[in-house]
Amino acid sequence: MMATALQTQTVDLVARFPNSVAADARPGYSGFIVKKENLVEVATALRDEFGFDLLTAVTGVDYLAENKMEVVYHAYKTTGGPGLAFKVQVDRTDPVEVPSLINIWPGVDFQEREAWDLLGIKFTGHPDLRRILMWEGYDGHPLRKDWKEPFFEEEAKPFKSRWPDGQHTFAENKNPFRDNLNFPKDFDPEKYEVVKEDDLYASLERHSRKNEEGSLSTDHIVVNMGPHHPSTHGVLRVAVTLDGETIVGLKPVMGYLHRNHDKIGERNTYLQIIPYTDRLDYFNSMSNNFGYVTTVEKLMKIPVAERAEYIRVIMAELSRIQNHLIFIGMLMNDLGTMYTPSLYAFEERELILDIFEAVAGARMMCNYFRFGGVVRDVPESVMQKIKDLVFDRLPAKTDEMERFLNENEILVARLKGIHVLNAEDAVKYSVTGPVLRAAGVPYDLRRADPYSIYDRFDFDVAVRTNGDMMDNYLIRFDEIRQSLRILEQAIRQIPQGPINSQKPQYQVRVPAGEAYGRVESPKGELAFYVVSNGKPNPYRYHVRPASFVNLTALESMCVGMKIADFVALLAMLDIVMGELDR
Amino acid sequence: MENEKLSLPNYNIPEDLENVVAITTIDRLYNWGRRSSVWPLMFGLACCAIEMIAAQTARYDMARFGMEVMRPTPRQADMMLVSGTVTKKMLPAIIRLYNQMPEPKYVVAMGACASSGGPFKEGYNVVAGIDKFLPVDVYIPGCPPTPQALIAGLIKLQEKIDKQSIKKVRWYEKGRQDANYVPMPILGPDLIDVRRNAEIKQAAAVKEGA
Repeated sequence: MMATALQTQTVDLVARFPNSVAADARPGYSGFIVKKENLVEVATALRDEFGFDLLTAVTGVDYLAENKMEVVYHAYKTTGGPGLAFKVQVDRTDPVEVPSLINIWPGVDFQEREAWDLLGIKFTGHPDLRRILMWEGYDGHPLRKDWKEPFFEEEAKPFKSRWPDGQHTFAENKNPFRDNLNFPKDFDPEKYEVVKEDDLYASLERHSRKNEEGSLSTDHIVVNMGPHHPSTHGVLRVAVTLDGETIVGLKPVMGYLHRNHDKIGERNTYLQIIPYTDRLDYFNSMSNNFGYVTTVEKLMKIPVAERAEYIRVIMAELSRIQNHLIFIGMLMNDLGTMYTPSLYAFEERELILDIFEAVAGARMMCNYFRFGGVVRDVPESVMQKIKDLVFDRLPAKTDEMERFLNENEILVARLKGIHVLNAEDAVKYSVTGPVLRAAGVPYDLRRADPYSIYDRFDFDVAVRTNGDMMDNYLIRFDEIRQSLRILEQAIRQIPQGPINSQKPQYQVRVPAGEAYGRVESPKGELAFYVVSNGKPNPYRYHVRPASFVNLTALESMCVGMKIADFVALLAMLDIVMGELDR
Repeated sequence: MENEKLSLPNYNIPEDLENVVAITTIDRLYNWGRRSSVWPLMFGLACCAIEMIAAQTARYDMARFGMEVMRPTPRQADMMLVSGTVTKKMLPAIIRLYNQMPEPKYVVAMGACASSGGPFKEGYNVVAGIDKFLPVDVYIPGCPPTPQALIAGLIKLQEKIDKQSIKKVRWYEKGRQDANYVPMPILGPDLIDVRRNAEIKQAAAVKEGA
């Protein structure tokens, strides 16, 4: 059954800290509100006394009307079970300052930088608080409620100008700069001094490993990989300091695909967001839909039609299989076996995409889930195709790929014994998904904090113990096999019946409150934090992407390694830029 | 087949020389060579890049049209396939890549985002179409376009190349050496298109509010 992830009252934090913690009593909210001065103390206790070792999400909410800025933290235990939300509220007068938790959970690094960039919350004590998605010198903090984008029309959709009354207006014509631009008053572009990337290089220098005392003094060189680079899996840029061939410092630079998902989401109605979630992790639109509708269903407190639950699981697991197939194919490309293995992987992927196309109408951007169910039923003919794939073709092809690849001498030499992450570091950096499990932590949301109907299936959490590249690679095969097991059971058990518990509707009623819903996407924990104020549009809509948070560990993974291994190490994190930059 | 296309129809070639000799114009020969080996820049921006990869795999096999040689360096590429959302932060890099490509060079805007901003047009970090900066030859609709649509778009580009005349193409025009150079935009408080400096200054001066 659907687990309520925010049953936080199991931990009585108020009894432990009567003077600094209060339960969040706002209707529809849960968790605790911590006083800013005691945040570090409470967080330390949460980690050390209560065992919440995995801090998954940090984000801010701008409550403009109350003149408050709120930072929301979601902490979980890697042993499983429900999580705990705690919040800090500060006055909305600049500078908005909140102590950084980077010394307690280093995984908050990028997320705090994101909150600084988009909401202007200053995390005191953060060693590297730079903008992360926008560039230095950008004007304003876009997710603040009083910040308007250049093409701003209204607070919420549907915009009145878009109604079909015979009039057509271009957004460009309404903007004084006749483009998607906004400059401060009396701005003169000719006199503008460009903010150089000195901060980035200073930070790189500061965090680079120094030459040891007494050793031969060598020059370090800085190499920028990306944003246009064939093996950074998109438009990621990585600034690397090299000592010879060894990486001594590394800083990822992102935001090159920052498509303003959160801001657009806050203008959209709840239903309009679903197709946008497709474009987050564009390999797995089904998983993204899953995460989003699960979150909103939690807010709406509606059941999901029984048949739809099974269809959802089938689609999500098929998606996981094709994601891992791509991972394997692309990893081979990165390792230098150009194209042939990836052609094999893409061959199987096409067959899975055929199924998506048959049920949803699109190969990649499925837009298939709805609140309470799915949009279309799976016809018998498509079900037969799924059966053929799951019972017949995919197990055989997985075996085939393993037979071709796994014992290849070059592959083994490149992968075996190259350390990626150990369990302790992985948890510290809030890494989730296959990378965490390959490090020996059997943390899979489908088992640890079950959502949808995953508690009905018999499957093993894929786990490996060495945490090297070979294990990270092999665990993908394990997961494909477990997904096939789930699929076999789901196909046997799927009942007939309606595919949506609700009537089809354009606008859903979402009661006021907050919800944090998470699913095990193929890349790790994909979570959505949605705040509703009862209106047709979410008040705050935040995506906690797996790739973005997993990337926090990249620096510690790569420092000390050879530059030749960097590309493969990056491939292990299985990042996808649409989700990373949003 | 290519030989027939290449030969001018009005010249009679003796039968025993038909497979050896072709009488044609420089334009036809030039275009024939160019259209049959369009090398795309290996360059993916977003979701569309995945369909671009899919178009190269066994099922669709772009190589049938002489377009499979993806070059990671712009110095060896003929065509830039803008496959995905162009963000303001990414734009200077794209312009730099374009400026580094040797002529002749073509730009294909793949998908809704590259053509117009698409679903993300209203975003503050999104450029509403690459055609605000680069001269686009072919637009391919779709979000993302299917591999079939991509291949159809590339065949359209080939048709366009077929019609070019070496005398009139803009990169060989006299006195227009940097006709294809696009000035680099600057990342300031917002994206500054240096070609529009005067306009921006004027609009900022009369802007309402503080």
